[in-house]
Amino acid sequence: MSDVYVVGVDMIKFGRFPEKTVPQLGSQAALMALDDAGLTIQDMQALYCGNLGQANAMVGQRILQEIGQTGVAVVNCANACATGATAFREAWMSIKAGVFDCVLAVGVEQMGRGLLGGGGGGEGIPKEGLLGSGTMPAVFAEAGMEHARNYGTTFEQFAKVSVKNHHHSTLNPKAMYQIETPLDTVMNAEMISYPNTKLMCSVNVDGSAAAVLVSEKKARELGLNRAVKVKASVLTSDPYSDRDLVMPDVNGVTRIAAKQAYEMAGIGPEDVSLVELHDCFATAEILHYENLGLCSDGDAGRMIDDGEVALGGRIPVNVSGGLLSKGHPLGATGIANIYEVCTHLRGEAGDRQVEGARFGMTHVIGLGSACGIHILEKVA
Amino acid sequence: MSEQAVGNGPLPVVPYLKGAGTEDPYLEGLKCDACNAIFLGDRVTCSKCGARDQLQATRLENKGKLYVYSIVYRSFPGIDVPYISAIVDLDGGGTIKGNLIGVEADPANLTFDMELDVVYGDALGRKDKDGNSYISYFFKPAV
Repeated sequence: MSDVYVVGVDMIKFGRFPEKTVPQLGSQAALMALDDAGLTIQDMQALYCGNLGQANAMVGQRILQEIGQTGVAVVNCANACATGATAFREAWMSIKAGVFDCVLAVGVEQMGRGLLGGGGGGEGIPKEGLLGSGTMPAVFAEAGMEHARNYGTTFEQFAKVSVKNHHHSTLNPKAMYQIETPLDTVMNAEMISYPNTKLMCSVNVDGSAAAVLVSEKKARELGLNRAVKVKASVLTSDPYSDRDLVMPDVNGVTRIAAKQAYEMAGIGPEDVSLVELHDCFATAEILHYENLGLCSDGDAGRMIDDGEVALGGRIPVNVSGGLLSKGHPLGATGIANIYEVCTHLRGEAGDRQVEGARFGMTHVIGLGSACGIHILEKVA
Repeated sequence: MSEQAVGNGPLPVVPYLKGAGTEDPYLEGLKCDACNAIFLGDRVTCSKCGARDQLQATRLENKGKLYVYSIVYRSFPGIDVPYISAIVDLDGGGTIKGNLIGVEADPANLTFDMELDVVYGDALGRKDKDGNSYISYFFKPAV
């Protein structure tokens, strides 16, 4: 099976673009990624498109109607917040399978404002605020409280995640926000669902990101100068755990994915130079230090206290600003984090560059649940 | 859907709340004979071990312990806040999620593993489009 390379990747600056359509947003990133690769839409043998909000509305085809109707295979996929990673992985698999040599993956989302999740639905009466909460801030608060229960993790430690990621985003011109948020600002912001304040919740933004993936043969033909190798691509679903059906378990699904990803890449967590992980809420980030093996179980609170996960630390996490500050356009997130890691591996990340980056990891969680992990390696 | 006459009440808030309108409401789980996993709601196959047709109805206990919680300050329009969203491990097995009432919504008042009772009462005045009232379950600090 051929190795797979990313030869073009980009994202639009995340923001709010109500005047644009979803295909228009997706097209922007698609053209940017093609330009980055020095290729055209005519070179693409397939398009894998990730979008959640219009999952039944042929977004991939509508992107081609904007930028070039070449008649190639289009696959539209939806997998909650793992949607973009799933589209990327489908593209990767098509090359692994030897079906194609050169394909495009696009993730795109246009978001409303306000709370996600909850709402109830089903028969009878609304259940929100009656049978607890199904809102995302509450669900991830409860996941964080499990860590607090097990290891004594504090509100302040969770809040430090937001301080760090908001700081990182001041160095990322493509992030939604470039605003420092000191600890007291984070902790004193409006409480949404204890222990997540408003500044500990990811930002609802519109966004898109895209990548051009090619086979080894094609990569050599194009020149490997800026190519990034996909060392591992893994997708998992939630394994049974005792409380999973009441309390979605984002840990088990990540742990099995991480194990497979490290095995596939032939490396360990100690080899990873930077990680873009799914900080949909500040509480979630803490869990994933341990789930991804960046530290031992129970050590995540210390990691954030000691700054090991900040830019310049032992293993920088979410130097893009993460979902908390760069923003979280659901279907685009999984490719936007691949853009971030590739940018560091190419040595093109400017003020936020992780020096000497050789391996980088991306991680997303789609609640319900899916976990997508990619490990990328610098080539040249 | 409803087993009871429309316009009457109370109806159960979820299908696994049994005995609505009687003196003895309770929660019913399905227990897998093969692996002892406990589920809420209708199903035919165990998602833990894959056994088919081995799920038996079992009456869940009205006592349990607080596993984790969140205090919800921002919810959807029309929903009173704050409230405590609690995940509770029932004695004898089964985990359920619901509102914890009878205690001020402040982390200082909440400890992991605190003993809770499952209590039953009107579903905060909520009615469906046909005007039916509902009975729900809640958690309260054990007395």
